[in-house]
Amino acid sequence: MGIEGIGARVARKEDRRLITGAGRYVDDMVVPGMKHAAFVRSPHAHAEIKKIDVRKAKAMPGVIDVLLGKELKTDGIGNLICGWMIHSKDGTPMKMGAWSPLAVDRVRYVGDAVAIVVADTKGQARDAAEAVEITYKELKSVSEAVDALKKGAPQIHPEADGNLIYDWEIGDAKATDAAIAKAAHVTKMHIVNNRLVPNAMEPRAALGHYDKAEDHYTCWTTSQNPHVARLVMSAFYNVAPENKLRVIAPDVGGGFGSKIYIYPEEIVCLWASKKTGVPVKWVADRTESFLTDAHGRDHVTEVQMAFDKDNKITGLKVDTIANFGAYMSLFSSAVPTYLYATLLSGQYVIPAIHANVRAVYTNTAPVDAYRGAGRPEATYLLERTMETAARELGVSPAELRRKNFITTFPYQTPVIMCYDAGDYAASLDAAMKAADYAGFAKRKAAAAKKGKLRGIGMSNYIEACGIAPSAAVGSLGAGVGLWESAEVRVNGVGTIEVLTGSHSHGQGHETTFAQLVADRFGVPIDSVSIVHGDTDKVQMGMGTYGSRSGAVGMSAIVKALDKVEKKAKKIAAHLMEADEGDIVIENGVAKVAGTDKNVPWFQVALAAYTAHNLPAGMEPGLKEGAFYDPSNFTFPAGCYICEVEVDPETGVTEIVQFVAADDFGNIINPMIVEGQVHGGIAQGVGQALLEGASYDGASGQLVTASYMDYAMPRADDLPSFQVSTSNTPCPSNPLGIKGCGEAGAIGSPPAVMNAITDAIGNNDLTMPATPQKVWAAIRAAKKH
Amino acid sequence: MYSLNYHRASSVADAVKLQKKGEDAKFVSGGMTLIPAMKSRLAAPSDLVDLAHIAEMKGIKVSGKTVTIGGGTTHAEVASDAKLKAVCPALTYLASHIGDPHVRHKGTIGGSIANNDPAADYPAAMLALGATIITNKREIAADKFFTGLFETALKDGEIVTGVSFTAPAQAAYEKFRNPASRYAIVGVFVAKGKDGVRVAVTGAGDEGVFRAHGMEKALTKAFAPASLEGLAIPAGSLMSDMHASAEYRSSLITVMAKRAVAKASA
Repeated sequence: MGIEGIGARVARKEDRRLITGAGRYVDDMVVPGMKHAAFVRSPHAHAEIKKIDVRKAKAMPGVIDVLLGKELKTDGIGNLICGWMIHSKDGTPMKMGAWSPLAVDRVRYVGDAVAIVVADTKGQARDAAEAVEITYKELKSVSEAVDALKKGAPQIHPEADGNLIYDWEIGDAKATDAAIAKAAHVTKMHIVNNRLVPNAMEPRAALGHYDKAEDHYTCWTTSQNPHVARLVMSAFYNVAPENKLRVIAPDVGGGFGSKIYIYPEEIVCLWASKKTGVPVKWVADRTESFLTDAHGRDHVTEVQMAFDKDNKITGLKVDTIANFGAYMSLFSSAVPTYLYATLLSGQYVIPAIHANVRAVYTNTAPVDAYRGAGRPEATYLLERTMETAARELGVSPAELRRKNFITTFPYQTPVIMCYDAGDYAASLDAAMKAADYAGFAKRKAAAAKKGKLRGIGMSNYIEACGIAPSAAVGSLGAGVGLWESAEVRVNGVGTIEVLTGSHSHGQGHETTFAQLVADRFGVPIDSVSIVHGDTDKVQMGMGTYGSRSGAVGMSAIVKALDKVEKKAKKIAAHLMEADEGDIVIENGVAKVAGTDKNVPWFQVALAAYTAHNLPAGMEPGLKEGAFYDPSNFTFPAGCYICEVEVDPETGVTEIVQFVAADDFGNIINPMIVEGQVHGGIAQGVGQALLEGASYDGASGQLVTASYMDYAMPRADDLPSFQVSTSNTPCPSNPLGIKGCGEAGAIGSPPAVMNAITDAIGNNDLTMPATPQKVWAAIRAAKKH
Repeated sequence: MYSLNYHRASSVADAVKLQKKGEDAKFVSGGMTLIPAMKSRLAAPSDLVDLAHIAEMKGIKVSGKTVTIGGGTTHAEVASDAKLKAVCPALTYLASHIGDPHVRHKGTIGGSIANNDPAADYPAAMLALGATIITNKREIAADKFFTGLFETALKDGEIVTGVSFTAPAQAAYEKFRNPASRYAIVGVFVAKGKDGVRVAVTGAGDEGVFRAHGMEKALTKAFAPASLEGLAIPAGSLMSDMHASAEYRSSLITVMAKRAVAKASA
């Protein structure tokens, strides 16, 4: 592997820049003549716009213009769309309501953009935004999906009758019902997956610059996938043709999914730049982030799991209502369907599965993929149900799982996915050993002496990532292919640039991708640069989400490296008058195997560019590109065990031990993988103990719109994690990589909740398990 | 934030003069409450008069059991004062648990008291210690000073220049923090002085900080956690919000009070 190659714990190259404050984010970008924008947003959850008066605002100091949705429509700017078509079980296509980048006659959630103000300074833009006078007629609003489906609920979009976007199903209803009818035992649960606010450290931002001379647009934006942003803004929003639009996503301070989507603001800033003749910059403040970033999760589910007399699972029935918010965000439709219900087999042999999913409009912020996207929801319901079943059946939760594990591969689940490889018992054993599962009873007794309730819980997750085979997702309704691209450019002196369609916003690609290249040619990683995030520099690519950049993005680089290596070997063989098949490239030299003949790597590169002495007919240069389309999803899996102590007097939960045993396939940089797991678990613990977006039922106001009320995990909320991996290589990609970006957030919430419910002896507990809720659950348990 | 005029006062007299001149001028000390309110455009004073650089309002004096703290003294300064810690460790502990390091290095005791946030820590200490609040005009007993939510006995142009109190024989502060803001959901300061026991509760009362007279009576008889068994502040007089119902707060007050007594007795 070498000290900087595959498998090495190399310190992140990008960290010097990022942690010394030298990173360059959208808000750091300055263009001559640049002005500042503020958006006028709806203060109401649901209202008709009766009148907009901009006269006072336009007369304010420094104001260049105030622009409205009507003008945007007149200029032909299109509505925002959801790019994944889902059909209801009756065959009808999903009912997508219109989402104008600036609302024209109706607002549908608190924060809905109505107008943009452009002014000399940010302060002036904000002052003027307050001076825009809008007459609203308030309408009844609804924020809970379950309520939005009820008769008499306010109708949010004319296109979606009864607020129902789709009523979708997967699996075999008849077989599942039969399994439940015949079961020796059925465990039933009501599962709520709480709504989360993404809270990336860097708020969203956009800088739109229309260049009149070239009739060309540039958009700096906080995006996880700048090429997709360009494609969508061109093809659907009619901002500019692709060849006239450059999208740059520079350093981006975290995304967690929320920066995949194209939002109204970047579209409006580009349009406003042409309209006003000045470059227009908008940077969200934290309140705007809370109100308008696409939220995550928000499922309500009824689940039934059937067992035979030997405690083998015979069937699983799931009925889910998913809250989509006021508009369908770019990938929203896929999250509670193909990213969720296809994982409902978990790590288990379940002969019959049926899931029904209803997607629903409400007067809340749009909901879309958030770290894990559908897979945390599937894992949470499965793993809480498994643990509950074990308690009801009076058997060990570990042994109940072990008895039902899938052990032969490939394994075709009843819900589309075909798992290619895994060893679930290995992760379970590793986690139980690391957690000293056998010694728990002793620790519980010791805790009881201190007046604490100690509990233990586990979670055996599986996820599908390496998203995704293009033809497969196309057949399921995706509007795009999910391949990835790479170009490897060897310079004349042997240094290397890798142009990737992946985008790094915290993942450490500048290091891991360089390690991959360094490994191949035995060159230092400092001689390898990763270029990404600019549609003018990098060929079309699909971006970073769904733990895909290792499994898919790096596989594309491997393909390009293969081509470069092949050509380099031809050149080296020619220079040394040797046979091409005898050339090996390692430690920075190309040599003839079994001899001392060699040519330094840089001389091979130089020869390619001087072209003085190349094999007959060979083109000069050493630069190759590749597109890689995965043949299957990848299936990371693992076992997480959480141990907690609950203070019965206050309801405070302390996590006293957290063990993660993951199977990520082959690993490029173990330190970065551990960092991903740590961050993922922190987010999962955040969901389980602290985080929960809450709208006021009557007014539709977001109650948790600041850190005063929305609790993010802090360092002292978390224990020191014990993480390990036991890996089975992924058979479907050249590096054997499965992906690790989301696992922590997927696997941890049920482990935490299973531990708390074990401690307090009451299963009736929802996330976030705040001290107040745990205290109340302890009191309720005592009453029974 | 709206634009406004900023003034740095060099003395208390200067501050008063500057505040009078402004149309809607506000004093600012650490700004830990006012600045966030201004940033979210919920407060829009015409002028800010900064008290943070007035030398006469700074510093901690301990003479025997008598403690005087300047209104402009930061939480970090209170938390780290060795002489104060020797006579009243409960107060240095309290100061060391306000907000985060940024807050503790900017926020001041005078600012906290004058603001009287119902979830702030210092008001509980002032009440339980029977402190005297010193202003540029007069001295006010803590019992008379805190009059309601964000309400105090302060009049326009009046500045908290300091506080003084006699260090108690035993005291402790126990706080139950809001998981999001980390302000007190319930904070109980217990102090046993020569005139008996005083118990003050912050974070919970629907009219702000208050004394728990029933608990004081029980603890004056016997200063032990067991004395509080079965004693609870009725939920009817307590705040209720998404983080803590009145019932939960009521339960927490007794738990925190017991823990404070145990800690003070340790």
